[in-house]
Amino acid sequence: MTSKSDQLSTWADQVVAETYRSDWGRLLSLLVARTRRLDLAEDALSEAFARASARWPSVGVPANPAAWLFTAASRVIIGQLRSEAIHGRKAQLLAVRDDWVQPTRVGDIGDLDDERLALILLCCHPALHPGARSPLALRLVIGTSTDEIARLFLVSRSTMAARITRAKKKIIAAGIPLSAPVDAELRVRLDDVCRTIYLAFTAGYAPATGPDLLRTDLAGEAVELATVLFGLVRDAHQVQALRGLLLLQHARRDARTAEGRLVRLAEQDRSLWHQDELRAGTELIVELPVSVGYVEELRLQALIAIEHTRVSTASATDWSAIAALYAGLETLTGSPIVRLNRAVAVGEAESPNAGLAITDGLDETLSKNHRLHAVRADLARRAGRFVLAHDSYVRAMELCANDVEYEYLARQLDGLDTPNL
Amino acid sequence: MKYFVLLAGNGDVGAWEQLTPEEQELIFAKFGAFDDACEQKPGVETLAGEALQDDSTATTLRTRGGEMTITDGPFAEATEQIGGFYVIEAPDLDTITDLCRVLPPYDIEIRPVVDMG
Repeated sequence: MTSKSDQLSTWADQVVAETYRSDWGRLLSLLVARTRRLDLAEDALSEAFARASARWPSVGVPANPAAWLFTAASRVIIGQLRSEAIHGRKAQLLAVRDDWVQPTRVGDIGDLDDERLALILLCCHPALHPGARSPLALRLVIGTSTDEIARLFLVSRSTMAARITRAKKKIIAAGIPLSAPVDAELRVRLDDVCRTIYLAFTAGYAPATGPDLLRTDLAGEAVELATVLFGLVRDAHQVQALRGLLLLQHARRDARTAEGRLVRLAEQDRSLWHQDELRAGTELIVELPVSVGYVEELRLQALIAIEHTRVSTASATDWSAIAALYAGLETLTGSPIVRLNRAVAVGEAESPNAGLAITDGLDETLSKNHRLHAVRADLARRAGRFVLAHDSYVRAMELCANDVEYEYLARQLDGLDTPNL
Repeated sequence: MKYFVLLAGNGDVGAWEQLTPEEQELIFAKFGAFDDACEQKPGVETLAGEALQDDSTATTLRTRGGEMTITDGPFAEATEQIGGFYVIEAPDLDTITDLCRVLPPYDIEIRPVVDMG
């Protein structure tokens, strides 16, 4: 029996989830800016979301969900402040610079990109541990779970949780201030800011967990942040490279899934690609000079995206050029994920066996990453090494936490011709 | 907030006794400029600031099992180059680091002071 109350319940859950994705960062930025209690704001907002989950399904969804959550979280904080006052405790406030203007637009939380950027910049302060900056920003500004952040950075959950906690404590204790988004000295933080936005995009583009293959809304938020940042510092090459890269990758969003299924690049309907965004992204990238460091990482990744999108059919793709770009990227970053992508490119440019050879040695760092096994399975299948393909598909499915991708792997395994088994 | 600013190492300045009188003069000028910059900055107040004699004058006390021993020399190799310190009231870390750019190019460690209030 599906009653009206069941329908309300399902709808309320959806609104809670959607509001979490689209408004967490804005709400937290606003709470932090107004209360200057970085230590309380995050828990208070989590509590507000928990209350919404408990209440909305039975009493209904408020007209302005984000405003309701803001009020609920503010009340939690006020309760804490009262309790502190009663016990005579005086907690240290988040420092703010004299150029900082407290936001007043509580009712208008749709237009607070600058507040989110200010919070990202705070998290990317050079006085914080380099390995904590982007994780902290993802946690606070995007609301990414510690589990998912740990996965993105290939470290254990407990390591990541400790890193984030330590960084939050240091911000308060050392008096690292919230400040206006752009200033000459803030430019030293731009690499980390760009890294954070790119990671947020990645988390939306290929979520490690959950029922969605893509969270295009989250990826879209990241693209929007990159656009705001680009508007603020037009002459910074890494920001230009980031915006170009995100435009190029996001332009394919509508073609990446069909009927809830993952569509591989080669099978995507190219007429669904947003050509205007591809053009804009390409223009931003081709005018960038060869460089070093993070800006070069972004530029090379964007050049790879251009190689994929500039041809009219997948079969016309210049895989040798892509393999060469990945080789450059691997030299620059030493990243095992990049090496895995190079294996795919070499598998196309040369042979599946040549690609497989490149995946050797990746088990040390990526043995628990389902993509390693999925890539190896596909290469092995094409090389006719069915036992390896079978075992790798099974291993990939054991490790894959994304439901839609799991289904893709299961179909591949089903379709595997295994006469030798 | 109150910050302890430790001139922890020679950095680009080099060893004092190897500087020419002109170079030493320049260092003094920078300390003077730092004092002025602190005075002019709103919300900033220098509460203490001293230069220390070199590590050959240092004495180290260590207590083990209730027994204190007194030895000649600095506590550790890392503390040999400590040249001086400030205690400064400032609104935030960025304000302090900006001011420290005016100081001679020593290696500097900044610590917030525990607020006992």
